[in-house]
Amino acid sequence: MFKLEPRPAPSKLLTFTSPLIALAITVLVGVALFVALGKDPLAGLQMFFVEPLKSGYALSELSLKATPLVLIALGLSVCFRANLWNIGAEGQFILGAVCAGGVAMQATPESGPLLMPAVLAAGALGGMAWAGIVALLRDRFNASEILVSLMLVYVAEMLLSYLVYGPWKDPNGYNFPQTITFLEAARVPKLVQGWRMNIGMFIAAVAVVGFAVFLYRTFAGFQLQVGGLAPAAARYAGFSSRRALWTALLLSGGMAGLAGALDVAGPQGQLTPYVPLGYGFAAIIVAFVGRLNPFGIVFSAVLMSMFYIGGELAQSRLGLPKALTGVFQGLLLFALLACDTFIHQRLRWVSKK
Amino acid sequence: MISAESLALLIAATLNAGTVVALASLGLLINERAGVLNLGAEGMMLVAAIAGYAACVHTGSDLVGFAAAAGAGALLAAAFGVLVIWLGTNQYATGLALSLFGTGLSAFVGITYTQLRLPERVNHAIPYLADLPFVGPAFFRHHPLVYATIALAIGLTWFLLRSRAGLVLRAVGESPESAHALGYAVRPIRLLAVCVGGALCGVAGAYISLVYTPLWVEGMVAGKGWIALALTTFATWRPLRVLLGAYLFGGVTMLQFQLQGQGVQVPSQLLTMLPYLATIVVLVLISRNPTWIRINMPASLGKPFHPGA
Repeated sequence: MFKLEPRPAPSKLLTFTSPLIALAITVLVGVALFVALGKDPLAGLQMFFVEPLKSGYALSELSLKATPLVLIALGLSVCFRANLWNIGAEGQFILGAVCAGGVAMQATPESGPLLMPAVLAAGALGGMAWAGIVALLRDRFNASEILVSLMLVYVAEMLLSYLVYGPWKDPNGYNFPQTITFLEAARVPKLVQGWRMNIGMFIAAVAVVGFAVFLYRTFAGFQLQVGGLAPAAARYAGFSSRRALWTALLLSGGMAGLAGALDVAGPQGQLTPYVPLGYGFAAIIVAFVGRLNPFGIVFSAVLMSMFYIGGELAQSRLGLPKALTGVFQGLLLFALLACDTFIHQRLRWVSKK
Repeated sequence: MISAESLALLIAATLNAGTVVALASLGLLINERAGVLNLGAEGMMLVAAIAGYAACVHTGSDLVGFAAAAGAGALLAAAFGVLVIWLGTNQYATGLALSLFGTGLSAFVGITYTQLRLPERVNHAIPYLADLPFVGPAFFRHHPLVYATIALAIGLTWFLLRSRAGLVLRAVGESPESAHALGYAVRPIRLLAVCVGGALCGVAGAYISLVYTPLWVEGMVAGKGWIALALTTFATWRPLRVLLGAYLFGGVTMLQFQLQGQGVQVPSQLLTMLPYLATIVVLVLISRNPTWIRINMPASLGKPFHPGA
């Protein structure tokens, strides 16, 4: 029979190839799924892996999806490294969008250039506040951050729905549940005429470097990770676990809020009940597939964005349900977790005694 | 003031809503007592809800629907179990993966079923008792699973505290090393517990799509899987407390409809928040005392076990 046994040293090769193997498994299952549904698997794969990269416009669309995923996943990677399971980034994203929307609605044609930064700052603060509730309840009352952060997602959805159906509804919007379309002064500047791509991707790029420095070059980042890996050692060294808790949660909440702000002040342009697009949940997968490493996260966010766009294309061109995206995303994480086992362990054939 | 008639209906609705959460939570309690934390409850319930719905639409039988749902739940739980128990993957991450995967898969499979209708729903009523004033509509007109859930909670208490097999299950969760030393197969027992938990989550999922709101809507579990997870902690891993907690949750859920019916001027979204806010509040109240949680929590919960060579 086969037996799993620890490797003497972690496999260097697998550390890098395991995400690729996981992707290969996901693709194989995808092909099987296309065949089972009676669709041409090559056409299916083309939607997911070729079309999203084909033209400048396609790449611009890809950047719109990858930007929020990178931002949220960066924050989550810090949480997960500190062994804090903030799975409510979706709620923090919504609150960020709501707070940013609240500021953006105040725009007038005379608003100066400072309004847009204020919109983004409001978003980050909103996300932080929402994650701050989680931190407070965990810190003061020991309440599980997993459950509290997740419950707050539903609360945030309802809050958004209340606002767009009630006090913030556009009076000239034919009674649709939506706010006014934000004025140009409140919107994130676009980079190229005719494309939706905006400066959010530069913010994300700066954030990637910033998080890499924080994690690998600062003492605070080091303390936080020791607390996650070896709480007892961290305590012995006198590293504050409370500070790590607050830092990680506020940071990840702020990032998710910023992503929400960029999305409503960017491609969405107004608040509707459809603001939450599942980025907060997909970013969990992005963070893991990216090895909780800021640069790895960029690659996995691009991959995950291809799944998003591929799913939309498969719906419009092949008549396949868009939910395919979710199936592939979940499969990828499953496959990755299984593959990662073999970094530290190996299978050996042992004869049964 | 609330009339006796609407009070009876409120009680009935509370039992109905509580049953969903109770079933799932009792299942999760079994695998948590064996030391495995499965955050995939929401995903399993969603997949089971559509599996049960599809099976019922095609065969016309509720029983087949529930069986298919239990099977789907157990199958997903088994995949989760093999990953965390044998491959030693992180239980939080794997459970999350299961939840995300299940949400996607159920939406994907369910898309063709949103238009299909279930066969005519049967009214369940216990002869004679159902006709009693007040108690009849409140307690005796329920789906058989409502009563089965109560029996399950009682039976599970007996199983965990009084039976040999229950003792072994608890030993595996409290001290897998000792259980292993005594010759019990820790990992297969854990897998079995995880599968039973998945099957019960599956039945709960089908209860939603076949009985509670008899239709299929994408994402219809709406966080009940997560609430069921929270409930095992509230209940300090005791079946009867799970049942009580589930009914309390059901009551809060139903109160919003009651309030809306009474014409209370509160936006419906704020009322819909209530169950989630209540979950947070109760979680905070229960968790305030870490020692209390630590004493009651299965000692190896969430920790992998590798038998020595």
